[in-house]
Amino acid sequence: MAYNLIGKDFVPVDVTAKVTGRAKYAEDFRADGMVFCKSLTSPIPHAKIRRIDTSAALKIKGVLGILTADDVPQFPPPQPPILAKDEVFFVGEPILAVAAEAIEAIKIDFEQLPHVTDPLESLFPGGPDARSNGNVAGAQINLQTVKWEAGDFAAAGDDKLPLGKPAEQWSYGDLDAGFKAAKLVIEESFVSGGLAHHPMETRSAMAYWQGGKCILHGSNQSHTAAVPNIARLIGIKPEDLVLVAEFCGGGFGSKIPGYPNMAIAALLSKKINRPVMHRISRIEEYGIGSARPSFQGRVKLGFAADGKILAADLYIVQENGPHIGGGDFRAAGNALSILYQPSAMRWRAVPVLTNTPPVGPQRGPGENQLTPLIEPMIDKAARELGIDRFAIRRSNAPESSSKMGADQGPVTSAFQKEALDKGAEMFKWEEKKKKSGQRVGTKVTGVGIGQGYHSAGSNGFDGIVRITSDGKLHVHTGVGNLGTYSHSGTARVAAEVLNYAWDNVIIERGDSRRGLPWNSNQAGSLTASTQSRTMWVAALDAKQKLVEIAAQVLGGAPGDYDLGNEKVVSKADPSKSITYAQAAQKAVELGGKFSGKEAPKDINPVTVHGLGMIAGSGLIGVAKDNLPRVGVTPGLTTTFVELQLDVETGKIDILDMLCVADCGTVLHPQGLANQIRGGNVMGIGMAMFERHVYDPKLGLPANTLLYQSKPPTYLDVPAEIGWGAADKADPQNPVGVKGVGEPVQGSGAAAVTSAISDALGGHLFNRTPVSLDMILNFLSKRPQAHKPLQINTV
Amino acid sequence: MSDSDLRPTCEHHHEEGGGHDHRGPGRAELRASRRAFIKGVIASGVAVSSTGYLVLGRGTAHAQAAGAVGRLITLNVNGRDRPVDVLPNETLVHTLRYKLGLTGTKLGCDHSECGNCTVMLDDVATYSCSTLTHAVRGRKITTIEGIEGPNGELHKVQKAMVEELGPQCGFCTPGQVVSAVALLKQNPKPTVEEARRAMSGNICRCGAYDHYLRAVMRASREA
Repeated sequence: MAYNLIGKDFVPVDVTAKVTGRAKYAEDFRADGMVFCKSLTSPIPHAKIRRIDTSAALKIKGVLGILTADDVPQFPPPQPPILAKDEVFFVGEPILAVAAEAIEAIKIDFEQLPHVTDPLESLFPGGPDARSNGNVAGAQINLQTVKWEAGDFAAAGDDKLPLGKPAEQWSYGDLDAGFKAAKLVIEESFVSGGLAHHPMETRSAMAYWQGGKCILHGSNQSHTAAVPNIARLIGIKPEDLVLVAEFCGGGFGSKIPGYPNMAIAALLSKKINRPVMHRISRIEEYGIGSARPSFQGRVKLGFAADGKILAADLYIVQENGPHIGGGDFRAAGNALSILYQPSAMRWRAVPVLTNTPPVGPQRGPGENQLTPLIEPMIDKAARELGIDRFAIRRSNAPESSSKMGADQGPVTSAFQKEALDKGAEMFKWEEKKKKSGQRVGTKVTGVGIGQGYHSAGSNGFDGIVRITSDGKLHVHTGVGNLGTYSHSGTARVAAEVLNYAWDNVIIERGDSRRGLPWNSNQAGSLTASTQSRTMWVAALDAKQKLVEIAAQVLGGAPGDYDLGNEKVVSKADPSKSITYAQAAQKAVELGGKFSGKEAPKDINPVTVHGLGMIAGSGLIGVAKDNLPRVGVTPGLTTTFVELQLDVETGKIDILDMLCVADCGTVLHPQGLANQIRGGNVMGIGMAMFERHVYDPKLGLPANTLLYQSKPPTYLDVPAEIGWGAADKADPQNPVGVKGVGEPVQGSGAAAVTSAISDALGGHLFNRTPVSLDMILNFLSKRPQAHKPLQINTV
Repeated sequence: MSDSDLRPTCEHHHEEGGGHDHRGPGRAELRASRRAFIKGVIASGVAVSSTGYLVLGRGTAHAQAAGAVGRLITLNVNGRDRPVDVLPNETLVHTLRYKLGLTGTKLGCDHSECGNCTVMLDDVATYSCSTLTHAVRGRKITTIEGIEGPNGELHKVQKAMVEELGPQCGFCTPGQVVSAVALLKQNPKPTVEEARRAMSGNICRCGAYDHYLRAVMRASREA
């Protein structure tokens, strides 16, 4: 389908503010009388708080106030608290906040408790628990104590993951028959190292109160979707929270629905009756800034002689941090199911609490831990079965008729075979694979292929568009601004439907006072697909109102009119028309549904609230996305890598990297390119550098600065990363769009681990990141510095 | 097309503001010693003033008690002489952000790691989080706010960043722009490899390096 705007590049409205420094992030705001506050955080990984003595601090001249757990809403564990009460669970956990220079004067009496940083240690009989009342919990998993049998550990030894009782499991197909029929069975235990999100903007927040409302300047990925949760944290109604979050300096999953320390600024401001800025330092960010959880896993894959996967058995132990943690363990099972289409599969998992900083979703949660470990195993199977490494992936790759997950449900579309084909062609796989293992001097070449998946679309949210009497189209969007430009990319769908010139479109976003609808989180690769749907339905509603008004003004029936060049034109007599500006003026006069004074019955209360702010100010299109969507909308990617590994130093140079996405219709090519390349850069970090390190004896973090945590720099990644798109429309999106921001990291990381393994003759490290030390130990036949299933190691 | 005016009605953006941060104890902040906890800042009084300010874990009250009062100096920032009251141990990023209202310069790590705070001193890219303000008296300081032309026209680096869609989240972008401008002043026609090395002090967690590099090379091709 030919579009005027969709699929074409444009200059997103907020780019100029970013390149000039005018873009204001949370900590760039000031308010009259504003004071800074600071948290006092836990210095030990697990302890009872016996007593907090603030008396000396409160006597200090100029101390404006102290906020403790007694001042803030309480939530049932293992939900993360705003401030720790009675018990602290990790180094860096906030206990109280002070609006004054008084932290040194506060005395806290701790009773240290046993702590644990390794889930297997906690699962061992008699092992330490991260909380005094349990060691296993997660979303939909109640806090409980789980200990495995000593026999489970003895049977596994040091090299294999013990297979004790899981907290959850599912299966489909005949697993035993699959393994029995398999020509080749590969079984490996593995570790995926946890890593920090470390967005460049730490999670600072500034808040004050005005007319009973809390005005909060926060750094958040999402906007309207986060408001109810942030209001809950503060203990107010959603309509009493004004969230100002026009820019967000990176989140990667750590700033989706708001987070507890936003409430500190809000509640301390209320307590001392002054605006409060809670600035978070880089080191504090490593405590409260979320992380991707480590996996300790085991997988068994049964292959037919032709490479088809007949059976897969996956077990994930997740290092879940001290609170509710993330659902990565579940997503990993789905990823294995969809990407490799095993005929039979079992998934088992247990999320274990640890006295390490809270974990949560990070770009491709679960999926992106898994594929960098699985893809080298797929290579191993290809080598042993004598099949091309590309061909084995292609034959197992999903199609639109494929099923996935526990219930073997449908997908809306899957064009992974097309993405693989395009990637192989662009990368010149047939030529490149001949270089595999070639050595020149000290450098040996490896080539690899990785794949990624994330569920990348949702539905059921609302859209609002408004045409004002100056003829402009205001697109109201409640998604955040994470830097994907989907706020503008999806707004172009509304402009497309209404035949608007892009210059006449104004995007209303970033501030609760701007009449924003209920929209999805800017997370989960959701916004491109989900918001193109809401924009579509809202624009169609506006279109209907435009033709109805034309019929009222010019006579005839609404069906006699169509949309022209920002005017409504009679189909029979093109000389009969009214401009959008005139129609908007008429809508204001007519009121009712035309100007948003009457709202559809099925829209979310948040949308009703937003609509109330703009009702009567133009012709308003407002609707809930009731378009059908059946099945999971998968974002799928594949990355190809050629690298050189120096066998004397272990250093790796990535010579070529190319990623192709199956993300449906391309909405915004340049934005897609930036997402693909950026995700692959993060994938390089995950595959080679980034990991958590904790002292297992003291529970202290050893990487709380960037040089220790090692996000990739310019010099760690290729100067250019190639990209492409399968560009096949998803039939269940009005413009064919699917999301893709997340799987690009996983396929990038997996292509790197696949290529490293290839350079080393197919050696499986079964661990990410593959550090330089690990490579050198392998090459010099020395034992690795860590036990096979040890986590949080250097 | 334009973004709507999001300016809240109730705020006043002070040229001078209270602030705090620390360059202090590093990792020890998270460790056992309570001494290592960063002190909060006091900012009492009618409004937050330039003296309600903290560096190196020292708040005004504390600092004044220790006799460490600020000193009025003049800085040349973006071509203008700016009088400002500066504590002895104050870093340039704090002076810029909290006293001169120049919030385009970002504070990403405060440990000379990320480059978000990059400014130019006499046309050389410098981390302002690790530069003492007193040490730059008499130097020509250029922040991101001073990169545009006199009539607000974008610098060729900024134009190229827009054209190549350099930024994602945008938080590191001011530092990337300043580093690129400094590079092209020293080396107007860099190779990609030279540009990559010159820019390597600026971390972008979004991983937009490819797009930023394209922008640098595009700008270098402009006259």
